[in-house]
Amino acid sequence: MALRAIASRKTLAALGSGLRAQARLATTAAAAAASRGLVTFSLPDLPYDYGALEPAVSAEIMQLHHQKHHQSYVTNYNKALEQLEDAVARDDAPAVVKLQSAIKFNGGGHINHSIFWKNLAPIHEGGGEPPKGSLGWAIDADFGSWEAFVQKMNAEGAALQGSGWVWLGLDKEFKKLVVETTANQDPLVTKGADLVPLIGIDVWEHAYYLQYKNAKPDYLKNIWKVIDWKYASEVYEKECR
Amino acid sequence: MGSFSLHSSCLAKPTLRWSNDCFQNLNSLKLPALQRRPNFHSRKASKVLAFYGLKSPPYKLDALEPYMSKRLLETHWGEHQRGYVEGLNKELEKNDILYGYTLDELVKVTYNNGNPLPEFNNAAQVWNHDFFWESMQPGGGGMPELGLLQQIEKDFGSFTNFKEKFIEAALSLFGSGWVWLVLKRREKRLEVVKTSNAVNPIVWDDIPLISLDVWEHAYYQDYKNDRGKYVNAFMNHLVSWHVVTARIIRAEAFVNLGEPKIPVA
Repeated sequence: MALRAIASRKTLAALGSGLRAQARLATTAAAAAASRGLVTFSLPDLPYDYGALEPAVSAEIMQLHHQKHHQSYVTNYNKALEQLEDAVARDDAPAVVKLQSAIKFNGGGHINHSIFWKNLAPIHEGGGEPPKGSLGWAIDADFGSWEAFVQKMNAEGAALQGSGWVWLGLDKEFKKLVVETTANQDPLVTKGADLVPLIGIDVWEHAYYLQYKNAKPDYLKNIWKVIDWKYASEVYEKECR
Repeated sequence: MGSFSLHSSCLAKPTLRWSNDCFQNLNSLKLPALQRRPNFHSRKASKVLAFYGLKSPPYKLDALEPYMSKRLLETHWGEHQRGYVEGLNKELEKNDILYGYTLDELVKVTYNNGNPLPEFNNAAQVWNHDFFWESMQPGGGGMPELGLLQQIEKDFGSFTNFKEKFIEAALSLFGSGWVWLVLKRREKRLEVVKTSNAVNPIVWDDIPLISLDVWEHAYYQDYKNDRGKYVNAFMNHLVSWHVVTARIIRAEAFVNLGEPKIPVA
């Protein structure tokens, strides 16, 4: 039963346009796990070059962020899921509970970063363009104006202490847009079961430190130049049909 | 821990805590500084100078090379910690109740038993970073000696075991935070403790002996995402056992670590 829930989460990684999930796990352990029928997750490819988001986000950061940080979340997530399967199989309830924080952290990291890559695009491919259509009108309706929305996101992101994410989410039940923050790698659903993430901005230090050092507000101001709204509009339209 | 309070607005603000006859008395005093002057109400006279200061590490910024580069220290101490100090001073300017505490007391008061006030983050981060710089020295690492080593062996089994536990805590801390070696006051033993964001063991009345900053800004410029390499460099080359020994000697004035040697009659 738990495995079926895990398998459906893989579709989240496959959503959106132009992402090919290549199998990067070449280790024998992962191959063995796969042969046992356990679903393993893999690092999604970026639909743009590491340097394509310059000067808003440097190539060095993009490469480290994708190849080191996101990859380690994926690897550890798979490891935790394998350990979970073992613990469930041998009826070890304390071990199952103990693994939850690792699953939440690494799984959340994989989910959040997968959404994040889809939220970014080079300027010549539409990055930085405010949304049009129903999502654009909804932002004006729920926040007053585009500027007010951006300012709210930046204020919440700057005020967040430690590591976390700032989100534009859709409350499915009330069909309202909300700005929320989550700590560490908690996915947006931890703030409300009805919340669907549309845009997420990583405010962990690794997301900006090499370029902006401790000037987090500068990072938040500049990242809007490469925020892409195609994925967010698709999700919004699907939920609000 | 390197704090000073200078609140010059107390001298000039007319309505704050001064009664009318105080003003009369002031005017009859011969001390010119305290007499009412024509510019009594000027903003300049009531400007607060500072509450807390940025304390320098006990070594030059390039002294910890190659394990912690000068560039990283310049950013970490000069920009991050300075930002915390200035942020704290700005917040305290608006808040009369929190005026007059030492930094230790301010951290405990603003922690507010788990429901931290907005000033906690800045106050605790200033405290934590002061403690962190003092926990390191050029040519550090190696092993503790004498009584400290005995206490570590008593509470962890062996020094290697303690080191492993400390490193494991640093690697398993999700997000931002600190790793500490503390002397627990009630249990009267040493323990490795991880805290998130700015939390500090003094809020639980324990006595910290070592602190290690595992916020990403503490190592990213030198080690990128390799937290393990950073923690190992800290343990093997940076941690100052001399300082830890001094701290535990002081702690023994508050916590009785020995068994009383009561002679059997």
